[in-house]
Parts: sequence; structure tokens; C-alpha cells
Amino acid sequence: MANDNNKHEIDQVTGIETTGHEWDGLKELNNPAPRWWLWVFYATIVFAIGYWAVYPAWPTLTGFTGGSKNWSEYSQLKEHQGEITAMRAKYEARFTAADLKTIQNDPELYEYARAGGAIAFKNNCAACHGAGAQGGYGYPNLNDDDWLWGGTLDQIYTTIRYGVRSTSDQTRISQMPAFGRDDLLSREEIEAVAEYVQKMHLGDKAEKTATYEKGKEVYANNCASCHGETGDGNQDVGAPRLNDDIWLYGGDRASIINSIANPHAGVMPTWEGRLSDSTIKQLAIYVHSLGGGK
Amino acid sequence: MSNPEQITFFEAQKRIYPRDIWGRYRQLKWLAMGVLLAIYYFVPWLRWDRGPHAPDQAILIDMPARRAYFFSIEIWPQEVFYITGLLILAAVGLFFATSLLGRVWCGYACPQTVWTDLFIKVEYFFQGDKNARQKLDAAPWGLNKLWRKLATHITWLLIALCTGGAWVFYFSDAPTLADQIMHFNIPWSTASWIFGLTASTYIMAGYAREQVCTYMCPYARFQSAMFDRDTLIIGYDATRGEPRMSHKHGDSWEGRGHCVDCNMCVSVCPMGIDIRDGLQMECIACGLCVDACNQVMDKVGLPHGLVRYDTENNQLARNAARKEGKSVTERLRIIRPRTVYYTGIIAVVGCLMLYGLLTRQPFQAHVLHDRNPLFVKLSSGAIRNSYTFKILNRDHDDHDYSLQVNGLPRAEMKIEAAGQPDAAHLRVLADSVGQFRVLLSLPADALTMKRENIRFQVTDNTTGKTEAVETMFVTGE
Repeated sequence: MANDNNKHEIDQVTGIETTGHEWDGLKELNNPAPRWWLWVFYATIVFAIGYWAVYPAWPTLTGFTGGSKNWSEYSQLKEHQGEITAMRAKYEARFTAADLKTIQNDPELYEYARAGGAIAFKNNCAACHGAGAQGGYGYPNLNDDDWLWGGTLDQIYTTIRYGVRSTSDQTRISQMPAFGRDDLLSREEIEAVAEYVQKMHLGDKAEKTATYEKGKEVYANNCASCHGETGDGNQDVGAPRLNDDIWLYGGDRASIINSIANPHAGVMPTWEGRLSDSTIKQLAIYVHSLGGGK
Repeated sequence: MSNPEQITFFEAQKRIYPRDIWGRYRQLKWLAMGVLLAIYYFVPWLRWDRGPHAPDQAILIDMPARRAYFFSIEIWPQEVFYITGLLILAAVGLFFATSLLGRVWCGYACPQTVWTDLFIKVEYFFQGDKNARQKLDAAPWGLNKLWRKLATHITWLLIALCTGGAWVFYFSDAPTLADQIMHFNIPWSTASWIFGLTASTYIMAGYAREQVCTYMCPYARFQSAMFDRDTLIIGYDATRGEPRMSHKHGDSWEGRGHCVDCNMCVSVCPMGIDIRDGLQMECIACGLCVDACNQVMDKVGLPHGLVRYDTENNQLARNAARKEGKSVTERLRIIRPRTVYYTGIIAVVGCLMLYGLLTRQPFQAHVLHDRNPLFVKLSSGAIRNSYTFKILNRDHDDHDYSLQVNGLPRAEMKIEAAGQPDAAHLRVLADSVGQFRVLLSLPADALTMKRENIRFQVTDNTTGKTEAVETMFVTGE
């Protein structure tokens, strides 16, 4: 014990006993730590044993000890997803029952739709349309006001739900004739109409060459029925507007010739059955809110 | 060589039985305890009228609603820097008090000290003073010991329960929660807070006591960094006291020190140290040994101050003067570089916080320019930029705001939000954040620049107050 002076050397400077360890004349003082520290250490060991019993801990030959709670990151994820579903349930019933117009005018449902739609968009749509819905070659930009199949809430909803040239029975579908591949127009005619179409957005300011005038005639006979006499397009058949400077497959001469000779007929899948109707509604609201919505 | 088997590397806690004492500093300690405990227990019950849409509790931290209320101040999570400021003030305030007056925080205001003091008083009430308590602990278990111990521990637990119970009132409406507690109808989180703080109070103030200050508290350890020779410490006047020896009434004081070696200073010490060994890390500067020694000095007819609040500089000056047979005027130097720069930091942080609070607007606007895409070309050839606009309405009533853009005279503004609102009437509900998508488009013939810095100006339609936020308009890569 500490007061057993016969057995312990006391350091004269500090008055503290030494442990008896000595290195080249340096002696180690013994300042005992409080005993409860030791108890806390033992308590952590007991805690660890309890932890092993409750949580996965030790590897075995075939796997690992699962613990009584059978906890896993996956089960925790499921639990958290359950919490999110429960949080959504508060809105979901009302949201499912509401039509798009009601949602658009209800601040709570609108925010719910935009938040949910933004996530669903990134998970399902961003691969083609881009994370900011800015589109790309062959994939429409959803921020602008140039719509193939219409930009009202209902039209957007229908497009997402049934897709374009998709496998759905109710898919939006139309087919532009392959004017070049099927020999419907001659090379000269295609070149002429391409020049006309390329200059359409310039309106009266376009330079009216002979080719231009010829193209105008070809356009009136072959294209105007779908794309409109002035090139306004027709959203009922998904015919793009041609009198603006927004091009899905490129606006240079070669691209336009290619589009006339070998039309692309892009496909958007049907999301019915893959996404819940509620999610499709959220997406419609979200896409509409990007700025191009009518 | 000594015998290594005999060495203990861990020693049991030596139980300290502080003797009860009365005196100036003990009085001060009771006063501090009374005030501090009163603040702690009663503040949640103070009311403060904030109108019908906000809680009426003067001090409330509303976690679920993400709001903190402090009388007329209401803090949102966006303003958490006020908490940072408060923490800086608290820390520097503590440093300031320490460099000025030594460990007054430890001796008078620290919760560990306050509750330990209270628990020791409970012990005293049921089990008697130092000697009686020591005797009782040594005695075998009997009816007497049983009821005294039982009464002590039950009282401790009740105090601990009140401590934990009061804590939760700061986080919930006190009267409502009190009613819920009475009916055992509280969420498990509240219950676990009450239970946890009850247990920690009981253990820390009942058992751990001085061990907390010596082995757990980091502040106790680094306070010495704030000490200088003018810091107030508890000092034993060794030149006057030594050589110490016992004294009988009528004995001469010649050739001996004034310390009568009565050990009173040791027996009242809650930390279990002997202040006559000089300043020690364990000393919390509570001044109880000063009270004890002064009492003894009164009895033997000597002046007070053998053990006293002192500074190192005073000790040195006094010793030097004594050698020359002169007297010395003791002084407490308050204005020192240390105290001056701590005061400076407190003043700067305090002024910044005050400025922030005084110029705080009842609403705030934030704007974020969309980056993906940076701009959109429209069918008409116009260029459109989109912005996420947030208006924080801190008022407890709904407000209408109007939004204007400066710097782009021909820009057309459209608001994309529920109900397609008009830019002159953006409604934000009471106490919430309104989010709007703002679309600005510039006609094709107005596109003269690549980018332009612009300003959105938000006006509160009711009060006419405005706030401007800056952003940009981009028309090309």
C-alpha cells in the first residue's frame, strides 16, 4: 500500500512513491489513477459483450453472427424508407385524389409534387433529358416553350404516361415519311425544301433565292399538311414547329437534309406501370414548372 | 529495489466529509446557489406574448419547429451564428472571469459545485456534521443508519428528478408538458432526457463530486493558462502562519506562527486538500477554508486573513515588506493586458451580435440562379433565365411581397409557383419560407450582352420595407 514506507522508495523532491522502475538513474513516480477509471474500463468490456449479443459482430466460417436484433444496413434502409412513406402518406391520399389543376393551385400539394417530381425526374428522366432537363441531340429540352406533343399539364402527363412510339396501346404515335429513303422526293427537291425550312424562322428577312422558292413549293405540297403552312407544327401529331431556331436533330443544312431523307422518329418509353400514377403526376407538375409549361 | 507487487496503480476514492461552516463566503455561495437554481427551475415558466401564432414561453427551444425563442428574439436555423456568438461570449466571459477573479466559476457557479453543495447539505440535514457522518458510515447497518441513509438518497433522487424535469421544460411548452408529465403521457425522448439527467445528477453530485473537477473537467485543467500573478487565488500566508503549532489560551505568540494547526481549513474543504500546501490544481477557490480560518482567528483573537483570497504579487510584496518591517497596501490589479483583451473580444463579439439583432429584418430574401441549364432559348428567339427565389417571412402574420427586377428594363418576369401568382402579390405564410421559381426572359432584339449583373428587389406590401439581392442574367456561353 501507499503508506508502506518500508517497501517503497519515496522520491524526495515530490514526496511521491516510485514504482521501483529505474532507467539510468531516472525513476518512475507512481501517481495512482482513480479506481473508478478501472471500473469504467470493465464496464466498456461488459458493454462490448452486450453489443456482440445484440448487433452483428463476429465473422464465422460461413458468414457472421447476426445478433438478436438482426440489424443490417439494408434493414435500416427499409426502415428509413418506411418512415419516408409514412411521411408522404399525409399528402399522398389527397394528392392521388386531386386532379392536376387542383394540385397546381394548392401550395402544399404543388410543393409536394415539385419536390417528388424533381427526385423522380433525376431517377428516371435525367438519363436522356439531362439532370437539368436541358435535353440534347434527339432528346427535347424541357425548359423551353417548344413542345412536340403539347406543353399543357394534361398533355405532358399523357406523354409521360403513355410515351411516344412506345409499347403502350395508347402511345402517342406518328410517322414522318422517309422522303429520301423511299424516293418520295428527288435529291434536288430535298435540298430545296431543306434550304426553305432552315430559313423559315427568319420569316420575311430570309434571302429568297430560286432554291428557296422551289423549296417553298415542295414544302406546301409535302410538309404543310403536318407541319403547318407557316411551319407552326402540329402537336396533335407530334409534328415539330419549324419556324423557330430550336432543333431536335440539329439546324444546319446537312442535319435538316438528313432529317427529311431519313426521319428519326424518336422513342420515349411509356411510364405507366413502371411509375405510380402519383409519381407521373408529380413529374408532370415538375416538368411543367421548369418554365416551358403552357 | 522496492517490491513491485505492493504498488497500487489505481486507488479507491477517498471519501471526503466536509465540515459545515458559516461565514462570508459560505453566505455568498448560498446566495449564488439560490439565484442560479431559481433561474434554472423557474425560467421556463416565464411567459412572453408573441401573438396568437407563436408560443408564449419567454425562453423556448422548439426543436420540431426549428425555432429558438428568447424573449423578443426569435432565432431561425439560418441564424445559428447567433448561437456561435453566444458560445464565444460564454467562453471568453469565462476566461475573463478566470483571469480577473480566479476560479470563481468553479467555486460558485458551476452546476457541479452548486448541486454537490446542495447534496452535501442534504447529507448534513439527515446524517449530521462531518464526525457524525464518518461515524455513521463506519457503524454497522441498523435501523438508525438505514433511515438516515434512505432519507438522504430519496431526497437526492427527488432533487435529481427535479433537475432532469426542469431541463425538458426548455424544449417544450412548460404548462402543457407539466400536465403531460403528471399523467405519465410523455414521449420516450422526453422521458429519457428526464431519466438521463436524473441519473447523472444523482451520480455526479452524490458520488463523483470532486472527482469530476479533478479527473473529468477539462476547464479545471487549462484554467492555469489564464492565471497570472495578479489573478485572485486562495492563499495561505505562510510567513505569518509558520511555524504552526497548537495554541492554548494565554500562551505567547512569540517565536511561532499564527497557524494553530486546528485543521479546520482541511476539514471544511470539499476537495479534500490542505490549502497550506500552497495553490493546488484541485482547489476550486470556493473560500470555505477562508471562512473556517477566520472563525478560528476570531476565537484566538488574531486578525483575519491567514487564509484569504490573495494574489501572488500581493503575497510577494507582503513578504518583502515584512522582512523590512514595513506595512504594505494590498491591491487587486484589474486592468491588465489579459483582462483588457478579453474585454476587447467580448465587446467586439457583443457589438456584432447586437448590430445583427438590431438590424434584423422581419423578412429576408435569397436568390439562386439556375445553373443547369444556365439559360434557355425560346421559340421567339428570346433568352430566359430561371431563379429559385426564397422569401423568409419571420413575422407571425401572412405577408404579401412584390418582386421587381432592376438592371434589365425589357425583361419579362413570370412566377412559377402554386396558383401562378402575380409578381406584385407573392404570398408567404406566417413564420415560414416561401419558395418561388422566377423566370426572366429578354426578347431577341435586347440581347446585347453575354451576362449582366442584376438586382431583385423585394418589397413587403404591408410595411413597405425592401430588401435587394444580387444575381446575374446570362444570355450565352
